[in-house]
Amino acid sequence: MGELRLEQVTVRFGSRATGLTAVDQVDLVVPPGQVVGLVGESGSGKSTLARAVVGLTPLTAGRVLLDGRPLRNGLPAGRRHVRQRPLHMVFQDPYSSLDPRMTAGESVTEAIPRGVRRAVRRAETERLLELVGLPAGSAHAYPAQLSGGQRQRVALARALAGKPEVIIADEITSALDVSTQGTVLNLVRDIQRRMRLSMLFISHNLAIVRYVSDIIAVMRRGRIVECGPADDVLTNPRHQYTGELLAAVPRPGGPL
Amino acid sequence: MAANPTDARPAPGHQMASRWAAVLRTPLGAAAAALLALVLLLAILAPVLWTRRANAIDVGASLEGPSSAHWLGTNTLGQDVFYQVLVATRLSVQLALAATAIGVATGLILGAAPLVLGARAGRVVTAVVNLAVAFPPLLLALFFAVIFGVGEVGALLAMGFATAPTFARLTRTLVARIAGLDYIAAARLAGVGRIRLLTRHVLPNIGEPLIVNATTAAGTALLSFAGLSFLGLGVQPPDYDWGLLLANGLDAIYTRPAAAVAPAAAVVLAGSAFNLFGEALALSLGVPEVPAAAGARGRGRRRRNDVARTAGPERVRGDDPGRADQPDDREVLLVEDLWVSFPDGSTPVRGVSFALGRGESVGVVGESGSGKTLTALAVARLLEEPARVRARRLRLAGQDLLAAASRAQRHFLGTSAGMVFQDPMTAFNPVKRVGRQLAEVAAEHQGMRQRQAMARAVQRLREVRIPAPERRARQFPHELSGGMRQRAMIGMAVMGSPALIIADEPTTALDIIAQRQVLRLLKSIQAEGDAALLFISHDITVVGQVCDRVLVMYAGRIVENLPTAELLSHARHPYTQALLAAVPSMATDRTRPLAVVPGRPADPARLPAGCAFAPRCPLADTRCASLDPPLTADGEGRQVACWHADRVAADPVLAVNRDG
Amino acid sequence: MTGSVTSLVSGPLTAGARRLAALTDSPWLRFAARRLGQLLVSTLALVTASFLMIHLVPGDPVRAALGTTAPQSLVNARRAPLGLDDPLWLQYAHYLRDLLSGQLGTSITSGLPVSQVIGARLPATLELAGCAFAVAVVLSVTLGLAMAVVTRGGRHRGAELTFTSASVVLAAIPGFLLGVGLVYVFSVHLGWTPLAEKSGFRSFVLPVVSLAIGPAAVMARVLRLEMLAALQTDYVRTARAKRLPGWRIHLVHALPNALTATVTLCGLLLSGLVAGSVLVENVFAWPGLGAVAVQSILDKDYPVVQGIVLLYGAGVLLVNLVVDVTLALLDPRSTIRES
Repeated sequence: MGELRLEQVTVRFGSRATGLTAVDQVDLVVPPGQVVGLVGESGSGKSTLARAVVGLTPLTAGRVLLDGRPLRNGLPAGRRHVRQRPLHMVFQDPYSSLDPRMTAGESVTEAIPRGVRRAVRRAETERLLELVGLPAGSAHAYPAQLSGGQRQRVALARALAGKPEVIIADEITSALDVSTQGTVLNLVRDIQRRMRLSMLFISHNLAIVRYVSDIIAVMRRGRIVECGPADDVLTNPRHQYTGELLAAVPRPGGPL
Repeated sequence: MAANPTDARPAPGHQMASRWAAVLRTPLGAAAAALLALVLLLAILAPVLWTRRANAIDVGASLEGPSSAHWLGTNTLGQDVFYQVLVATRLSVQLALAATAIGVATGLILGAAPLVLGARAGRVVTAVVNLAVAFPPLLLALFFAVIFGVGEVGALLAMGFATAPTFARLTRTLVARIAGLDYIAAARLAGVGRIRLLTRHVLPNIGEPLIVNATTAAGTALLSFAGLSFLGLGVQPPDYDWGLLLANGLDAIYTRPAAAVAPAAAVVLAGSAFNLFGEALALSLGVPEVPAAAGARGRGRRRRNDVARTAGPERVRGDDPGRADQPDDREVLLVEDLWVSFPDGSTPVRGVSFALGRGESVGVVGESGSGKTLTALAVARLLEEPARVRARRLRLAGQDLLAAASRAQRHFLGTSAGMVFQDPMTAFNPVKRVGRQLAEVAAEHQGMRQRQAMARAVQRLREVRIPAPERRARQFPHELSGGMRQRAMIGMAVMGSPALIIADEPTTALDIIAQRQVLRLLKSIQAEGDAALLFISHDITVVGQVCDRVLVMYAGRIVENLPTAELLSHARHPYTQALLAAVPSMATDRTRPLAVVPGRPADPARLPAGCAFAPRCPLADTRCASLDPPLTADGEGRQVACWHADRVAADPVLAVNRDG
Repeated sequence: MTGSVTSLVSGPLTAGARRLAALTDSPWLRFAARRLGQLLVSTLALVTASFLMIHLVPGDPVRAALGTTAPQSLVNARRAPLGLDDPLWLQYAHYLRDLLSGQLGTSITSGLPVSQVIGARLPATLELAGCAFAVAVVLSVTLGLAMAVVTRGGRHRGAELTFTSASVVLAAIPGFLLGVGLVYVFSVHLGWTPLAEKSGFRSFVLPVVSLAIGPAAVMARVLRLEMLAALQTDYVRTARAKRLPGWRIHLVHALPNALTATVTLCGLLLSGLVAGSVLVENVFAWPGLGAVAVQSILDKDYPVVQGIVLLYGAGVLLVNLVVDVTLALLDPRSTIRES
């Protein structure tokens, strides 16, 4: 799908003197059909960056471009009346990412673009739910009846419903149990490859980022300190912080 | 093995209906509902039945006391007070409901305005509302009464607009809480418009608290309106409501008290009916005051667990790498057959036994529902009612912890066991300085004076490698970074040089660089004091780095116990193997899908018969499904609870299943 | 209570103050500057609202107050000091000017200065509200605390039920109704307390009790809930892990954190007492402001109403200020969080 390009993206909260610069002049490119893993600790600004790119948080400075077209608040310029965005996001907390009063099917259907007949929408919802591996009949289930992993899959189906060009996954497995996070990761990788989606995969877990990404970018205190092909970054880190991170990753049976 | 997602819990619509019905089943709810029904019935029927009698003027019988003809006496016009009180129900209730309706509607609009109008206009509205909220409703009502004029309509509008700010504030709080949730953001991304966002997503989710508050507000409106009429600013003659009747009756309270007390009682009863009903609703629809367990997550319904089949002490068969009956001087902790249960029937910890010696570190690994945190809290004697803790033996450094709590035991525990909790931000008291919180331990248990204790605290802070410890000791917890806070927490735990350090997920809230520092610190502190370390975590890799032994817990039981050095080579329980395989590491094969354990972690309230892991285990057979395997030692210092442990599985469990 | 949202309007005011405070880089000064700015804005809003009150009433306020039969000369005489024929902005300017010099206007019905009318009756109301406040605070804090400790963890459910029901019932009875009942029992029947007058200690008992019981019940209930919530927090769990004695856990660790909500409530309480006193004073014929307020509304004597609204309003704002400052002292995070 499309190429996502961030140019000098800056997000600042509060006034110039006493405010917080969460994202500081970030340059990043997600090539078409590839996964860029964004690694950083909590407070590094990765979630703020994700929200700014998608249009949920206003940019203080910089540009976001999709296939060369600038995006404003996540929407292509000049198409303000169309509220649908070409970028979608899957969020971290499976318990607050779905409306508790809407069934899984309704949540997904709501994200399908307007102007389509009801029967077509229903068929599309079924197709999406099947795509993410949920059993038939899940469309009628409420979030309270689904497990954390199942909810994340509904969230993924919802993100796909809008036929996005780029998907941003923000710590989508951090809130899941270890024994079930594999399902969601396998699914995400599978779908990304099949549909050739461009993806920005955010996580604080280096091992997971390594598993999923083609390119790895390391973020610290609002800045990108390193970016490159995954293997390169992991075996030959150029920035000191990356080296520290890699050294600190727990290894099974390894020393502290 | 797909679990049908729709089997377990009912849908929200269902839930709501059944919860409202449940309100009627509580004594408070039933009584309030009955009273309210009576009031409403009177409001509807009384004027129909008794208006004539209430308004009948009989000047000859004016100002009489109670008699058989007029139960509560008569007023100046000879009208029967009793029937007047009954008939006045309608007007009083009507006005109260109308005022509440105006208040709620106006409040809703004002409160939801920021969401619809956008940030700038919204802030102005909010500013006005915040200003108005600061004033008591009666004052606002007086203010509006001047503008709208005295009388029924004026008072109604005054009362209505006086209630609005509170509802606007409430709506805004509720909306703000919801607006920050991810599903609203997702809806915005999907292109849902502001109006639909409000009506489809926000309002249904704030409906319940609004209804509860509206009910209580109706009660308050009733009382306030009575007050306004009482003052003469509300209902004007010849109409009458309870407030006006009260004003009339008050003048002659000495001679004919009934004429004043009756309307007063009516107001109180009707107002209470609304208030109590609102209370009952709040109690059953809201969060219960007493949580089911400290640290346990209570999601979903809980049915009575079939305790008969799983109850009873579990004998540890075979060679028991445990201890003799008399403690040796290296033993720090002995836990035998620990059970933790709750009144609703769930038993999150079932027959756990293990032991720790000086200098040893043991890690307890498990996922949600495994019972690992409750085990640690139970061992530390920190679980209070309603949790019930039973054990055959529980010994810390030779002392029996099952004995009744005493001052001596309190001091003993204060110096012999130190706890490090998961989130240092919430585990520290936010309004007390760090140094004081550390010094408290020394002052309390080691009899030190303030200055001494503070000095000791500063020294400990230095030992946990916090730079400038004197300055840091005078700071508040929020002024320290996350890693530093956790190190301070460790310092606090070892103030008394304890024999046992219990760490419950100490690094989960930290980044991996801080995590490594904290873990190293923990190890060195343990080594210095020759203490035993009980390390609870969901991360088997971290446990593998920190501990000598690993206990794997599943559904309240220990399912495997072995040295960490042998984890990769000798793990035999399918769950342990699955855990090891499922965690991605820096060496995981990227060309193959990740290992997955199908199904979800067991719910401690709904445990199956037999082995709790059987529903998710590829090796499970009928014996596994009906009989729970006991924890068996293999004679080489390892224990495992599995019927198939002898099948040494060379490959880790690799089930790419699309469930869970 | 006015919160940080009035910053939209008070921005220019506080920006200057903030720049000053930034020099010293102290969160306290910044906090003080901000609060003062908000107070200024709120006071301005209050004064404007009070001013507009007269002008929102349809018709001629003076005529309405004096009635249709009053001679035009009297109406004109009483109109003059109000300056009702001047353009609105001029009236507003005069109003502000008079306020700043301590003049609250002249009563339409009596011709006396409003400040005199109010001044004669204010002390009695202050005494009543003050005593009721003290009683309510002492009662609710001790009861709420004790009940929280007794019923924590679901213990003594019977006591919990009794306490909750009693407090709900007591809170449901408005002060003036309680007053009526108490008067009937204690003054009429038993004759223990004097009737409808203010004379010495015994005459205070019933009015104070009537005014204080309802709010005390509400506050005790809230304090108990706050205390129970504080007992569930992680830091209390830490305190228990440190094996501190029970009294220390409750009083030193849990209570200060439960106090935050209590202080806020105290503010609401005091404001509510001020309002409730209007009704209670009526029941006991207490020589306070309440009777004046009601009478002047009925008489449509707007300058007096204005003065009273202004006074009550200023009192409420002052109470809120004290509450905010106390909260800031109790919880050092709040000053930093807001800046």
